[in-house]
Amino acid sequence: MRIALFITCFNDTMFPGTGRAVVDVLERLGHTVDFPQEQTCCGQMHFNTGYRPDAVPLVDRFARVFGEYDAVVTPSASCAGMVRENHPVLAEEHSSARLQADVAQLVPRVHEFTEFLVDVLGVSDVGAAFPHRVAYHPTCHSLRGLRLGDRPQRLLKAVKDLDLVDIPAADSCCGFGGTFAVKNADTSTAMLADKMRSVLDSGADVLCAADNSCLLHIGGGLSRQGSAVRTMHLAEILAATEGGPR
Amino acid sequence: MTGQGVVWLGSPPFPKAAREALKNDQLRANLKRATTTIRDKRLAVASELDDWEALRESAAAIKRRTARHLDRYLLQLEESVTVAGGTVHWAADAAEANRIVTELVRATGEREVVKIKSMATQEIGLNEHLAEAGITAYETDLAELIVQLGDDRPSHILVPAIHKNRGEIRDLFTAEMGSWGRPAPDGLTDEPAALAEAARQHLREKFLRAKVAVSGANFACAETGTVVVVESEGNGRMCLTLPETLITVMGIEKVVPTWSDLEVFLQLLPRSSTGERMNPYTSTWTGTTEGDGPSAFHLVLLDNGRTDTLADTVGRQALACIRCSACLNVCPVYERTGGHAYGSVYPGPIGAVLTPQLVGVETAASLPFASTLCGACYDACPVKINIPEVLTHLRAEVVEAKGRSAEALAMKAAGVVLDSPRLLGAAQKAAALGGRVLSRDGRIGRLPGPLHGWSDSRDTPAPATESFRTWWRKNKENGESR
Ligand code: SF4
Repeated sequence: MRIALFITCFNDTMFPGTGRAVVDVLERLGHTVDFPQEQTCCGQMHFNTGYRPDAVPLVDRFARVFGEYDAVVTPSASCAGMVRENHPVLAEEHSSARLQADVAQLVPRVHEFTEFLVDVLGVSDVGAAFPHRVAYHPTCHSLRGLRLGDRPQRLLKAVKDLDLVDIPAADSCCGFGGTFAVKNADTSTAMLADKMRSVLDSGADVLCAADNSCLLHIGGGLSRQGSAVRTMHLAEILAATEGGPR
Repeated sequence: MTGQGVVWLGSPPFPKAAREALKNDQLRANLKRATTTIRDKRLAVASELDDWEALRESAAAIKRRTARHLDRYLLQLEESVTVAGGTVHWAADAAEANRIVTELVRATGEREVVKIKSMATQEIGLNEHLAEAGITAYETDLAELIVQLGDDRPSHILVPAIHKNRGEIRDLFTAEMGSWGRPAPDGLTDEPAALAEAARQHLREKFLRAKVAVSGANFACAETGTVVVVESEGNGRMCLTLPETLITVMGIEKVVPTWSDLEVFLQLLPRSSTGERMNPYTSTWTGTTEGDGPSAFHLVLLDNGRTDTLADTVGRQALACIRCSACLNVCPVYERTGGHAYGSVYPGPIGAVLTPQLVGVETAASLPFASTLCGACYDACPVKINIPEVLTHLRAEVVEAKGRSAEALAMKAAGVVLDSPRLLGAAQKAAALGGRVLSRDGRIGRLPGPLHGWSDSRDTPAPATESFRTWWRKNKENGESR
């Protein structure tokens, strides 16, 4: 199986460690991962903010870059959702029959990381060890967009020495919402305050999720408060091994 | 002009109104308590039905089919109502609907009407219009009464006074009931039973005196001409039986083809709105009946922007709304800001998509952005309106209507960079450098320009010194992969 990693522009720039973790886990499971250098961005920011025509070239690029792979894996639930839900919409709205066909072909092969591990590779124990108290935050895109269900928790439960704790009101939105956090900063901040309280109430040392964007928001708030709770992408926990650096 | 009356003139854009609302801790506490209670009840009773998803699907299908042939069903409704002894009036906009109702009331010689809670009459501002014509409209729904006595605006579709707590209501009753009729009893407490009794006594004299009633409609059945109102206090029923003249104002999208279609909605609506299995009071009437109920019945069919909305193939799904408020009660944004911040008769997620369509996106440009796109509303909606889909669709319309803006230029520029791995790589290097300049201990406190709204409450990690693509090139690309 030819597997391509779609790192996403955001992770590429801000959280390269997440990409390295995905590669580590997949290699540990015996797979080879490709990173096509021509990849850039799924167009989510443009699409969600109302700049649809500006997203079309990105859809086209995505289809060209990843078209030949058996599987495209991404450590971002919201970007996986963008490709699956909205690339077909954009292809139909703004572009050629060729792009529509390419997108339709490719979409079923695009997987969020935990989905790929559980559904495609059929593993829930990836041989990780992580001696910490961890809470999982189901981001809206993983919960209601992709319907990841308990896949992330199944993976986390199989991690050695990991103590998985629940966050109160886990399914309520953290208030990030992409440009919402800038356009409606006050409302976003009020939602963040409630989410941070839940995280602190859970007693976790580490908060993880399948999307670094929401973690950037929650982690940024926690950092501003001087909290010691760390935020990490779930892939980084799955990459951690006994005697490893973490 | 379409959609008159839907938005409140002079309302600030959502972010500004929300900022004010967020300062009100009492409001947030009231809302959180109320919405959490209804939300939990709704989940419990919805999960009792093992065909819940199938019901939602049939409701959505009925609404889709009806919208496709709306003209036909409306004509059929007109005919059925007429045959049953009622009179149908068509109103293109709010002004026309107000004029029709005013003339109908005038013709009776009456100077007052009792009202059943109705969103359509809120939408057209009927009470205010009647007042200008010297006619007093008395709201009889408890929550509407509270809003009316307080000279306030509704902040929730189903519970218009959700922003008020018991103490505030007691004070309002004591101060204001006297100037609208029977005063509140001396020493009124804030016990729910005492408040309800005060309202009952106050309203009773109005029910017994009124000769004209005005209602909205939850549904109207084209096949039989039957109009349906569901409510939980029974006050509506009083208005529907005692007066001599009944005037119903109904949005054209409320029509359903057949009586049996109602079965689907009457299961979905109470469960979604109040978390009850069945509606306490479901009233249906078909034209007029000799010696039973009102002897004159008028049905005003209101367009007010709906035909324009119907023309939008993505946006039209908002017209399927049955006004249950489930989307409001699960919305994290509504829960923090309350309904007034939306500046519209229709608040919350459905308001954010319905209002801009009824009034035109330019007039409510901030509303499609008043959401994180978290999707809770779509999951809750009993008629499966894909609110996030409509939100992003309308955002594109707002952007298009605004034309050139600083944001549009920035987005264009970002698009160019993101369509080029080379430019993206250069931008990443620049960001890493900028991050090093701005950050302390790897975190950035204050960001420049429009991003300050973000950085007022959040630190930002400095961009990585080495992007993933650079790391890959150095460590992984040994010619074995491309
Ligand atoms: S949009 Fe759906 S959930 Fe919201 S009020 Fe209408 S029917 Fe209810």
